[in-house]
Amino acid sequence: MSERVGVYICHCGSNIAGVVDVEEVSRWAATLPDVTVSRDYKFMCASLGQEMIEKDIHELGLTRVVVGACSPHLHEATFRNACKRAGLNPFLFEMVSLREQVSWVTADKKIATQKAKALVAAGVRRVVHHQPLEPIVVDIDPNVLIVGGGIAGIQAALEIADSGHHVYLVEREPSIGGHMAQFDKTFPTLDCSACILTPKMFSVGQHPNITLLTWSEVEKVDGFIGNFTVQIRKRARKVDTELCTGCMVCQEKCPKKVVDTVFEVGMAKRKAIYTPFPQAVPKYPVIDVQNCTYYLKGTCKACEKFCPTGAIDFDQQDEILKVRVGNVILATGYDLFDPRRIPEYGYGRLPNVITSMEFERMTNVSGPTAGKVILKDGSTQPETVAIVHCVGSRDKNYNNYCSSICCMQSLKFAHLVKEKTGAKVYNFYIDMRTPAKSYDEFYQRMLAEGTVFVRGRVADVTEVTRTPDEEGKLVVQLYDTLEGRQRRIPVDMVILSAGLEPRRDAAELGKIFGVACSSDGWLIERHPKLDPVATMTDGIFIAGCAQGPKDIPASVAQGAAAAARVMGLIGRERVSLEPIRATVNAETCSGCRICNNLCPFNAITFLEDTGVSDINQALCQGCGTCVAACPAGAISGTHFSNEQIMAQIEGLLAVDFQAMEGQPV
Amino acid sequence: MTEPGNFEPIIVGFTCNWCSYRAADGAGMARIKYAPNVRLIRLMCSGRMDPVFVLKALSEGADGVLVTGCHPGDCHYVEQNIKAMRRFDLLKKTLAEFGIEDGRVKLIWASAAEGILLAEEIDRMVAEVKALGPLNWKEIAWAPEELVPAQP
Repeated sequence: MSERVGVYICHCGSNIAGVVDVEEVSRWAATLPDVTVSRDYKFMCASLGQEMIEKDIHELGLTRVVVGACSPHLHEATFRNACKRAGLNPFLFEMVSLREQVSWVTADKKIATQKAKALVAAGVRRVVHHQPLEPIVVDIDPNVLIVGGGIAGIQAALEIADSGHHVYLVEREPSIGGHMAQFDKTFPTLDCSACILTPKMFSVGQHPNITLLTWSEVEKVDGFIGNFTVQIRKRARKVDTELCTGCMVCQEKCPKKVVDTVFEVGMAKRKAIYTPFPQAVPKYPVIDVQNCTYYLKGTCKACEKFCPTGAIDFDQQDEILKVRVGNVILATGYDLFDPRRIPEYGYGRLPNVITSMEFERMTNVSGPTAGKVILKDGSTQPETVAIVHCVGSRDKNYNNYCSSICCMQSLKFAHLVKEKTGAKVYNFYIDMRTPAKSYDEFYQRMLAEGTVFVRGRVADVTEVTRTPDEEGKLVVQLYDTLEGRQRRIPVDMVILSAGLEPRRDAAELGKIFGVACSSDGWLIERHPKLDPVATMTDGIFIAGCAQGPKDIPASVAQGAAAAARVMGLIGRERVSLEPIRATVNAETCSGCRICNNLCPFNAITFLEDTGVSDINQALCQGCGTCVAACPAGAISGTHFSNEQIMAQIEGLLAVDFQAMEGQPV
Repeated sequence: MTEPGNFEPIIVGFTCNWCSYRAADGAGMARIKYAPNVRLIRLMCSGRMDPVFVLKALSEGADGVLVTGCHPGDCHYVEQNIKAMRRFDLLKKTLAEFGIEDGRVKLIWASAAEGILLAEEIDRMVAEVKALGPLNWKEIAWAPEELVPAQP
């Protein structure tokens, strides 16, 4: 073995150097077999650090490079590029994680230094077995799949479609629009939600580059970046969209009324054939077969009788579509926290305790009360209204996180209640969080409008009264943390600002697309700060509330950001993949076929003519399961070969646990 | 040899690139301090875990081996962690024949979000192996690499 290895130990400021004796590790690494040079530097990822490596490759003729720094998931690409610039094959590089795996997780400095040495030794031993590799280049299919037709998905779809590429937009409800279509006004500008959303929905519906698949769900995804095959179930609308003109006579004539638990959140009824709201895109209705009289009893067909174009098709079946796309954006949004889970707030039991979404519908002119803020008796205006913040958020019993939109939403509610009823409004908050542009100004405005802010988490809402002025009222009980006392505040209506939660089927969605969920259930981004719309799976992006709670501007920004990332990939036309693949050595393969059934990507086939197995490099994803299974050792795993891993094991175990200063292995 | 009483085991940990390696990154980012006895190797998938790697680690002086992967159903490669699990069960039977105690070789699932869980599992395993004492397999003449034919 005559490799010339360069070892570089990064201080990462004090992140590594504060715990690991980096000079000592560097000095010690210089004594390891095959090591030509070993250095330490304050920031290896800085241009000076990278230039140091490039210079050594040129001047010292290094044939292998090891950098001990942060996780390879952060800077492996950086140093591979540095090697490449200096003319060294980038795969002749190995990264050792001294920050995430040593300095950040170890308290004892001596033991940390010792562990760092073990990891560096393993890296050096591994790297001498590295082989020069070339990335696998694949074409990018320019078509894009977007899942979720809320504002984030709409924005992403329009950006991509406007750039001239085709988008399949899949939405499981009968119309796009998402939660934004349900809102009345948007904070802090108080412009009408529908007025700014509807034009965008209309553009999606009309766009020649968008195939809109509503009432549809993705069932299966195969493939990899640039080359996904997606199976979509287009549920039967029971309406022929070629014939339907969207006149809505069917909806008018349908005799069956059903409580609308989706769009009107249980506050109003819709028909069994319906569009969720008048501005729905597409304009075609769907028949709710669970509630339609014809499907339940076999008679009725009122819609069919009155349809002027004969568009009703009771026999229509679900369609299974297969589309090929190069990239995917998941913009599946959120579910609202169900306040029934906090029984002390009385939601579902006390009629005038309502959720934030119910208030949105109530205050919306096209909603169930035609925009009138009234109590459940259907006529009385409230004189006092309580708005409770952080319902299901910032609460270890439910969700630890801040739902981010509730403070601003509650301020908006305070304004709307005051404007419409002149009622006295209380906001019960833990902390006010109004950090975005023009948000705090809105808060100041609400203070000036005379909304009462009471600091403290509401303990309970009750109709059990103690004093005559509480008679017939709802009493909000809490400990006021500013006044330092228990308070009972009688009100007529309580609005619970419910938090945002991950979609209840977010985990299943994640499984279909190979994207993980955080412990809270939100889809995980590639990097929380530097790569918020990409995921660990190349070609799959996320946008909007699917990634975490956020407001409309942030959702729009993420939708556009994800679209830009996708367009960047389409523009490149092809992408380089890590050449981590398995290959069969036909000389040593005995043709036992043990590997044949192990591959979930069907990459392994048995060649009848030669009697050996063969791996299709385009289908292989590089997991290495077949490599480990081959009894003849005939399958090798590129960049994760037996030699590399065995050498790494030896290196890890070449350094004792206790500190032995200055002793080479 | 290490004195009894202050024995500090060395454990080799195999991680999956997509879940448990990222969980280890996450534990780092959250600055969770856990036992420094575990040294990790990154594989692309727990399915790459050749049982010979475990034997190799034990024969090179490891007192225990930790194998980690994505939760069943969450495998980045569809279902290869299930194959790892099946293989692991067979390995455990073989190791028991060799007299290797149950607590020395472990398989745990840790998603990319479960840095805290991974750190806790590592602490628990280190305590368990500490209680079992050193394995001292390195002294036994044993060369498992002979089991794996060299590759070009």
